[in-house]
Amino acid sequence: MKKAIGLAALAALLLGGTASAQQINVKIGVLTDMSSLYADDTGIGSVIGAKLAAEDFMKTNPNVKVEVVSADHQNKADNGVNIANQWYDRDGVDMIADVPNSGVALAIAEVTKTKNKVFVGSGPASSDLTGPKCSPNTIHWTYDTWMLANGTGRAMVKTGGDTWFFLTSDYAFGHALERDTAAVVEKSGGKVLGKVRHPINTNDFSSFLLQAQASKAKVIGLANAGGDTINAIKQGAEFGIVAGGQKFAGMLIFAPDVLALGLKTAQGLTFTETWYWDLNEGTRAWTKRWDKERNSPGKVPSMNMAGVYSGTLHYLKAVAAVGSAKDGKAVVDKMKALPAEDSIYGKSVVREDGRVLHPAYLFEAKKPAESKYPGDLYHLRATIPMEEAFRPLKDGNCPLVKG
Amino acid sequence: MLTIFGVPSAALFGQLLIGLINGSFYALLSLGLAVIFGMLNIINFAHGAQYMLGAVAAFLLLQFTGIGYWPALIVAPLIVGAFGIVIERTFLQWLYKLDHLYGLLLTFGLALIIEGVARNYLGSAGLPYALPESLRGGQNLGFMFLPNYRAWVIVVSLVICFGTWYAIERTRLGAYLRAATENPTLVRAFGINVPVMITLTYGFGVALAAFAGVMAAPIYNVSPQMGAELIIVVFAVVVIGGMGSILGAILTGFGLGIVEGLTKVFFPEASNTVIFVIMAIVLLVRPAGLFGRGA
Repeated sequence: MKKAIGLAALAALLLGGTASAQQINVKIGVLTDMSSLYADDTGIGSVIGAKLAAEDFMKTNPNVKVEVVSADHQNKADNGVNIANQWYDRDGVDMIADVPNSGVALAIAEVTKTKNKVFVGSGPASSDLTGPKCSPNTIHWTYDTWMLANGTGRAMVKTGGDTWFFLTSDYAFGHALERDTAAVVEKSGGKVLGKVRHPINTNDFSSFLLQAQASKAKVIGLANAGGDTINAIKQGAEFGIVAGGQKFAGMLIFAPDVLALGLKTAQGLTFTETWYWDLNEGTRAWTKRWDKERNSPGKVPSMNMAGVYSGTLHYLKAVAAVGSAKDGKAVVDKMKALPAEDSIYGKSVVREDGRVLHPAYLFEAKKPAESKYPGDLYHLRATIPMEEAFRPLKDGNCPLVKG
Repeated sequence: MLTIFGVPSAALFGQLLIGLINGSFYALLSLGLAVIFGMLNIINFAHGAQYMLGAVAAFLLLQFTGIGYWPALIVAPLIVGAFGIVIERTFLQWLYKLDHLYGLLLTFGLALIIEGVARNYLGSAGLPYALPESLRGGQNLGFMFLPNYRAWVIVVSLVICFGTWYAIERTRLGAYLRAATENPTLVRAFGINVPVMITLTYGFGVALAAFAGVMAAPIYNVSPQMGAELIIVVFAVVVIGGMGSILGAILTGFGLGIVEGLTKVFFPEASNTVIFVIMAIVLLVRPAGLFGRGA
């Protein structure tokens, strides 16, 4: 009898032991822009972000096996949805990361919800993702239009830029950014004199710049991103916009954009980001690793790529805590419950509506003479604490948030 | 200030001028396409990629050899033109007797490869290329600020367009060329080396695209997809003007640039589609295009 009890106890111990070290397989799909105007701000660099996160996590959690796949949505929502469906239904993908382009991201959030998987958005900007369109399966990591509008918009109005004209990218993202920024400008005592909406991926901005110039607004707000922002600023210099006394407010600018513009053109631009590669020891060490994988000298990672890393890492922690990646909502709930911290974003808070909070930074592009080494692009002008950087929970109209 | 349909007249004139400048690029590019189609019967879908190569060549010349904008205006088209000649000798020369479709498919494939390779090595955000020192600044015309460089673009493009038209329609060499496309055997009987002439014509068309690329480099970002974005519009221009018509390509190029500029004032959201709407209408009314000679 004693022997039997002993054996049973041993068996139970072994069973329990194997259960806690149970093998968990996770497949992550990085859905991004590999070939168009956002490719240098996300693209392959984001895939590397996810791979580094998988690598780091597997080192400390040998029982979790993470596989990373990637695809190009070409900035088309239908492409994105097709890939997502295929990934979820056929290829066993558990989580989709990145997804620059708010139009695609809103569609992906919808698919992810119906299939009960997880979407960790680092690329999209629209604050609607955690506002009216919030979902129990979506986490919005890096930034959003509300935060950009409040960071940059308020700073510009404060320094005298009280009349605005918008150049807006004509889709979900641009509209959201323009709406959020206009609200901030008006609330801070400024005035919006006009706007023009241009098609996404516009090569030639001269016509729109002329209209902005004719409006005599003190600030030209660029509610666009990537290649569009680069072209607008570059051609603005040609048309003497800044020389004529008007200022550009780049509502969404990434380090690779500044690099592409060259500091000579970009100098003095003020903008908000939540991450910069040269921020501290942790970010610099990570950039070194990223650089080695990227293997393209002279490139710097953007906040989106870092966001994919941090978001993926936190997601994996939640998966390990839940014990499986299969129930998307359970994993997201766990992401909200667990404290989020890593070496490059520091402490973050995952809020009820899926919004992730971290401090935001107001940067200014350096003058060419101030840049000491390759990739030395920014002055840090102000740090906005996380509670102020993002939209208050109650203002988002997210149906998930009760009362 | 005087307003026309609610738009200040100053802004309107500004847009007209901007349209003319963009039209210069359309004209330059569609000119090369028309020359190649008119003389070789090849629908050169790689034209956009070759335009991009021109800009990239200018960028690389500056980056690695210190050759600036002015020499690049000559050197880059020569390099890319030579590359075009290699393409013609290795691929295109076997296609002249086949349906247009084969040339289109081949050059389309080439364009994808060239753009893919460029993207792989250069990234996609684009590379900065500074304005030449002597063309910085601009003139205040009262109704708009005209950057000197853009004025230069209009002048150069007009000169090149007129020069090419003149060479093909009014000179002896042009007459040989036109004759060679009509009846190569007969022209060869006069002791003229037709294959060499055809090869050089393709090289010239490609060089024209590269030239436009160098002209564009300081204005637009030098990026792998700069040609892909433009080529569809330029094809529309060529089709509207009448495939293979040199004069048609030039006039429609400038004309559509202006129409597009005006659309950007009155209904900016449609500025990407207006050219295709016009194309549809023109093709319904005149299937051979505005200046085409028979379908």
